[in-house]
Amino acid sequence: MPHNAQISPSKDYTSLKRRIIGLTLGFSVIPLLALGFVIYYQFHTSYTAKILQNLRGLLENRRDAIDLFFDERISQIATVAYTHSLEQLKDERYLEELLRLMQSRSRSYVDLGVIDEEGNHVSYVGPYQLKGVNYKNEEWFQATMLKGVHISDVFMGYRRFPHFVIAVARRELQKSWILRATIDTDIFEAMVKAAQLGKGGDAFLVNRQNVLQTTPRFGNWKLGEVMDTEFAAFPGTRIEPYVLNGREVLLASTWLRNKDWLLVITEDPHEELAPLVRARSVVLGVVLGGVLLIVTGTVLVARAITEQLVRADREKAILDSNILQSSKMAALGKLAAGIAHEVNNPLAVIKEKAGWIRDLLQEEDIASSKNFREFEDAIKKIEYHVDRARKVTHRLLGFARRMEPLQETVDVNRVLDETVGFLENEARFRNIEIKREFSEDLPQIRSDSAQLQQVFLNILENAIDAVDKDGQIIVRTSYSGNKDELLITIQDTGPGIPKEILPRIFDPFFTTKPTGEGTGLGLSVSYGIVEKLGGKITVESEEGKGAAFTIHLPAH
Amino acid sequence: MDLVRILVVDDEEDFLETLVNRLNRRGMSAQGALSGREALKMMEEKEFDVVVLDVRMPGMDGLEVLREVKNRWPFVEVILLTGHGSVESGIEGMRLGAFDYVMKPADLEVLIEKIQQARERKILRES
Repeated sequence: MPHNAQISPSKDYTSLKRRIIGLTLGFSVIPLLALGFVIYYQFHTSYTAKILQNLRGLLENRRDAIDLFFDERISQIATVAYTHSLEQLKDERYLEELLRLMQSRSRSYVDLGVIDEEGNHVSYVGPYQLKGVNYKNEEWFQATMLKGVHISDVFMGYRRFPHFVIAVARRELQKSWILRATIDTDIFEAMVKAAQLGKGGDAFLVNRQNVLQTTPRFGNWKLGEVMDTEFAAFPGTRIEPYVLNGREVLLASTWLRNKDWLLVITEDPHEELAPLVRARSVVLGVVLGGVLLIVTGTVLVARAITEQLVRADREKAILDSNILQSSKMAALGKLAAGIAHEVNNPLAVIKEKAGWIRDLLQEEDIASSKNFREFEDAIKKIEYHVDRARKVTHRLLGFARRMEPLQETVDVNRVLDETVGFLENEARFRNIEIKREFSEDLPQIRSDSAQLQQVFLNILENAIDAVDKDGQIIVRTSYSGNKDELLITIQDTGPGIPKEILPRIFDPFFTTKPTGEGTGLGLSVSYGIVEKLGGKITVESEEGKGAAFTIHLPAH
Repeated sequence: MDLVRILVVDDEEDFLETLVNRLNRRGMSAQGALSGREALKMMEEKEFDVVVLDVRMPGMDGLEVLREVKNRWPFVEVILLTGHGSVESGIEGMRLGAFDYVMKPADLEVLIEKIQQARERKILRES
């Protein structure tokens, strides 16, 4: 049997497959990921910019509206102050009429009062008892005297409604006096609340000390309470993500023009960015789907490539082993022929000499010799053993002759007989009987006896290995007329072939023998040879009952 | 009928001598030659009916001798002794005009039978 180096490591193929997969994935997944990322990033950037722009617009709009509200109130009060003299406004009835007139235009006016240079509340109309109160030491009084206009923080006043005060100072005849009005915050609270967008948007006002001037929508903050956040510490307008009360928000804040209040608008980024999140999901989904597709495709392609490679390598290995096998056989054939020739000549001499002695023994005087029987017996033995030796050399020569590939007339029985003859010794040592059941009327076929011999040898050797010891191998030949084919069956009493491996026994490199003992090529090579000769090999086996290989050869 | 005149050609002297002796003993006129050249020389001097020729010999091998013999004495029948055990050299020999071939080591009876047949054919062809 040919023992060829087995091409083993499927590890090589695995690492090759891994390299192919890695490379392909690298070259296709990375651009895909980059594309997905860029698309998402661009969308994110422009969408965020859009949101921030909207937020800024809202902020500025609200700020302007509130400022306008203040402007209007201030100018109303200033108009009253500058179109009347202190003397006129000291008249409370007139003042009350003025208040009623102003209330008829805007319900937000609560009261109206006049304070002289010394801080005395000289006249007052409204729900409080404030007449005669002196404000000289109040901060707002001094601020109003200094700047001409003052807007107070919001405070809870009469009827527990939030109010604030606008005071306008007028200089008249070297004397200054102040017209002050208390104003309901309803209107600008409504203005602020109009900026509370969506489900998570908030808007409120705080002063420099973080004291709330309106009630925010979220958090348990009330007007007048100090928020423990620090957005009032930032000057100017700002728009940025911020954590407020433990919530992530988009925060926009800006200072009012007329009053040092900070307008704060927050938006829920999750709500605002929902379309962005959706876009991200879509992009992610598309990218993931793409990656999945690429991975699947890559794995399939890599597997196909490596399988093709494995197949090619196996075919090459079989080819190599076939070439090696035939060159080995050719060398072996030459050696056998050489030996046979060298032995044949002395055998011929011995045979002739023995024949010569036999001739001489027939002469009468020797025939009467008392040792005549012994001589004749010895000659017979010599001739018998020369004949035995001759059979060996002829078999060797027959073997050698078959090394050359041929299309020749083949007597399958004779080839089988020779092949069995080769293995009979080994079989005898293992106490295996090889029984020949040759059909007498087997037609001669055109085939290659050397190749057939190799096939028979392979299968017979397998049979001997299968039986191992003490058993029987039946070699049967027959002719099937209706199919016009020769059947050569080699049946053993071995353990049989397990069902699971039966479909694989003709696979190259499939072997049940221990590593190093079988190449797993014997049967596959045999199958290839028989196929080339136009036949096929079939197997019947039942576990525990041995196996029977049948070689079908076309008769013509 | 005259004795069959046989020339046995073989490089193995022991074989040649014994075979010649045994043929002569069976009422034939056999002579031996140890090489192809010697055989051709002998044939020039004397007429033979059948040549028994070993295929494998040093110097001139059996097939060359056969070619020469058939060329010069077309009626002389040649029986090849082949150690090749192979049909090929036998068939090659037949193609060159040999009467038959016998595998070495051969049974004397088989050889004698073929010699008789060869001689009969020679007589037939000569007449």
